[in-house]
Amino acid sequence: MTSILALDPAWWQQTFLIKVPIGLLAVLLPAGTIVYLYLFKAVSFMQSRLGPMEAGPYGSMQLLAEVGKWLQKEDIFPTKADKFVFAAAPFVVLMSTFLLVVILPAGPDATFVNLDVGIYFAMAVSSVSVIGILMAGWASANKYSLLGGIRAAGQLIAYELPLILAVVGVVIQAGTMNMQGIVLSQAEGEIFGWGGIGNPFILTQFIGFFIFMVAVQAELTQAPFDMPVAESELVTGYLTEYSGIRFLLFFIGEFASAGVFSAIAAVLFFGGWYVPGIDPTNDIFNVIGPLILAGKMMAIAFLIFWFRFTFPRFREDQLQRLAWKFLIPLSLANIALTGVLKVVL
Amino acid sequence: MAEIPEHLLKRAQAAREKAEAEAKSSTGDSTKPEETAVTETTETDEEVILTDEKAEAALATLQQELEGKILDSHIATGRGLWIRVGIQDWRPAAKAAKEALDCKFFDWLSAIDWMPSPYGREHETEQDLINDDPEENDDKEMEWGYTGGETRFQLICRVYSISKKIGVMIKADLPDNDPRALSLIPIYAGANWHEREAREMFGLTFDEHPDLRNIYLPGDFEGHPLRKDYPLLSRRMKPWPGIVDVELLPGDEE
Amino acid sequence: MATTESDQMAYIAAQAADARVNVEVETDEGMTLNLGPQHPATHGTLRIVAKLDGEKVLAAEPIMGYMHRGYEKLTEVRTYPQVTTLVNRIDWLGSFANEVPFILAAEQLMEVEAPPRAQWIRTVLFELSRIANISLFLGDMAVQVGATTPVFYAFRDREFVLNQIERVTGGRFHPNFDRIGGLKDDLPKGWIEETGAVLGKMRDFCDEMEELVLGNEIFQARTRGIGVIPPDVALSYGLSGANLRASGIDWDIRRDANVGLVYDEVDWKVWTHPDGDSFSRFWVRLQETREAINILEQLLGGIPSGPIMAKVPRIIKVPAGEAYVATENPLGEMGFYVVSQGDLTPFRVKIRSASFSNMSITPWLLKGVFVPDIISILASLYFILGDIDR
Repeated sequence: MTSILALDPAWWQQTFLIKVPIGLLAVLLPAGTIVYLYLFKAVSFMQSRLGPMEAGPYGSMQLLAEVGKWLQKEDIFPTKADKFVFAAAPFVVLMSTFLLVVILPAGPDATFVNLDVGIYFAMAVSSVSVIGILMAGWASANKYSLLGGIRAAGQLIAYELPLILAVVGVVIQAGTMNMQGIVLSQAEGEIFGWGGIGNPFILTQFIGFFIFMVAVQAELTQAPFDMPVAESELVTGYLTEYSGIRFLLFFIGEFASAGVFSAIAAVLFFGGWYVPGIDPTNDIFNVIGPLILAGKMMAIAFLIFWFRFTFPRFREDQLQRLAWKFLIPLSLANIALTGVLKVVL
Repeated sequence: MAEIPEHLLKRAQAAREKAEAEAKSSTGDSTKPEETAVTETTETDEEVILTDEKAEAALATLQQELEGKILDSHIATGRGLWIRVGIQDWRPAAKAAKEALDCKFFDWLSAIDWMPSPYGREHETEQDLINDDPEENDDKEMEWGYTGGETRFQLICRVYSISKKIGVMIKADLPDNDPRALSLIPIYAGANWHEREAREMFGLTFDEHPDLRNIYLPGDFEGHPLRKDYPLLSRRMKPWPGIVDVELLPGDEE
Repeated sequence: MATTESDQMAYIAAQAADARVNVEVETDEGMTLNLGPQHPATHGTLRIVAKLDGEKVLAAEPIMGYMHRGYEKLTEVRTYPQVTTLVNRIDWLGSFANEVPFILAAEQLMEVEAPPRAQWIRTVLFELSRIANISLFLGDMAVQVGATTPVFYAFRDREFVLNQIERVTGGRFHPNFDRIGGLKDDLPKGWIEETGAVLGKMRDFCDEMEELVLGNEIFQARTRGIGVIPPDVALSYGLSGANLRASGIDWDIRRDANVGLVYDEVDWKVWTHPDGDSFSRFWVRLQETREAINILEQLLGGIPSGPIMAKVPRIIKVPAGEAYVATENPLGEMGFYVVSQGDLTPFRVKIRSASFSNMSITPWLLKGVFVPDIISILASLYFILGDIDR
């Protein structure tokens, strides 16, 4: 991104003047878009209602109204809560989201950091949010929160494995853990000698994509895996005692993570910022790349919300069974198959 | 506005024809469909005596089973069977109904306070006085309903036989000084909550009940609301306006 | 009742101690989880106290009474026509169906019979109430197991039925339309055709629910084999309605003990399911909604002409006697035991409401299930708080 401006600022100027605001934007803008487009509007149409209509044209300012509402609310601490842990939990969850954004490539040069072990790093920091949720569940001194937090911990740990194993197939095929390298290997790949559209890994790793999306759904605690917040059982699980700005932070964390995980899925399976027909080294990708990535991200995020509002939720034991008895064996088989084919071909 | 689908019109036509045919035939003979089990026998031109064979048979079975423990019985034709037993036979009567009559379905259990309300009917507005003489309520004697009674509180329970399609109301008088009865839980598990309700509402006691706590009322509630001498406080505070607007019947003119 | 100040303080302290139960994480015998009285799953104010071992329920007990309105006492100071206003509010989703058994009981005592047209219209409104009530169940059951969308469809399509009820009675929820000896008014013009169209919509709604909820593998995994009630247990607890039929007992008051309504005139079927689990309760209710549509389509075509009101005196005094009339309400058997002493007001009215008996099985049924199953079982038993607390 810096190269198109023909500038080469010092690292601290890059970091504080450019990367921090853009990073904030990269977290909040998709989260806001997802909330408005999908949580407010698309879902309303699915449920044959209009959704917000009064605030701004088609209710587009509703989000600002909601944020304003949450900011004004009193930040309540339960009497018996562990104050420090209770206060810190939403930040831990949000931190996980921000750390995930860091490794996302949005163009040949438009990256925050270009880690060699990018996807490995992403998988590692994504599990930080478990700690935040467990903190919230424990510190609230509420039984619903406690049950929700424990459910979340069990669930996130169970689905971390299929998530990582699904990514392994992609890594084997790309031959690198660098996110940029994964994009380029899809852009420069060929399908049986034909390089017209590159080689998006969705074609070869569709099993991996399926497992990845199921696991992401569970990681995000969206229905049918929303038992940590199951509102008909646990009120809202670990969120029960939160109000005001801390609830808002959880809320942002939830939907920003949905955006980031969709973006990661777009990078891993749909070629990230690349579109066929333009040379991947072309500088134009530094400008249109973020938009392309955002477009792919929104398409994948739609899947998440489509499932969320269609399916009932599993019971806790059924969810564990699905992870350990079905998804993990399936992803291991996928890895074996990918490995064999990689060697043979 | 949608059209009525054609098949519906046909059905409706058929139904109307059937109704007309029945209306014609019913003038000739008075046979009813089998399942009602109520037969009308026309004795004279004006007087119609109805008998309920199913209820008679059920009563006979119970009488045989309970060997004279039934103090009184009543059959309201087509509406069911009432029996009254002594309080010591309360549980045996339920057991007999369950075993001999196959009354496995526990319908409900409650009690009746037969004492006339000391507060009258709390209808003391002018309109009520025109329609009703308030003096009437003073010094009213206890009047019992079907199957009679001897004491103020009467337990009543209804069980139903799904196979025989007959319901039995079992009544039992509770002693005035110590209104207590054996719980029906060993026979009908569902009696549990009904007995808890009857206990708090009437101040009765059910022996061998495992869990006689209040079910509706707060634990520290005083009094037994469904007793006739429990005042309805809202009426005490603010008199009921009474029958202020008598609705016109269709076709009536002011 | 707290009278002095110290009494009041003691009362407040006791209440506070009760509230603290929610905060104590550990007790001697597992954890006590307090679901309600304000809880998203209880649609009303039911409270369930569950003793848990992990997520397994060791014992669970419903605590009611937060909404007890004392209708049995209130009926004793109201005239017979005034009572329908009260009983309307028992099962507030199918209000008209509440009025019918009381009116029928009063009619039995007075030995009047509503004219045929009134009986037909009563049956039509009764079945419309059933559809309005059960269609909400179909959506609500889905939302209790976690699917949010079906309940919106249920609210949307139920509105068509409520509109039809409103056009006749003037009230969406509390019609207060049934009268001793007949009905308050006749059907408005064009109503029958419109209702025919609404029934078509409700048929589509049932198909939609079958595809969206019943056919869903997750829904089946959540409900099949959960909360199984054997027939004998169901009978001894007095379960009625779809809960009883889902346990395989072929009994329906509309067919087997019909009083005053015209179900004999139409051709219909009683649905049963042998399993007795949550799934079968949903299935039976879905089929019953379809059957109600079927009944209505036949009834609408054949409403006889004639008066809608029998000859009854202006001031209604009911002769002395006792009568019990039960009808197959949307929630199950609802009956009124009316004791009259020849007065303007009933001497005693015992209200036998379906949900009270249906819920009395829960302590037995909830032993050993998981926390999420508490919710799905309660939803499948389908209670309405007003029908429990009266």
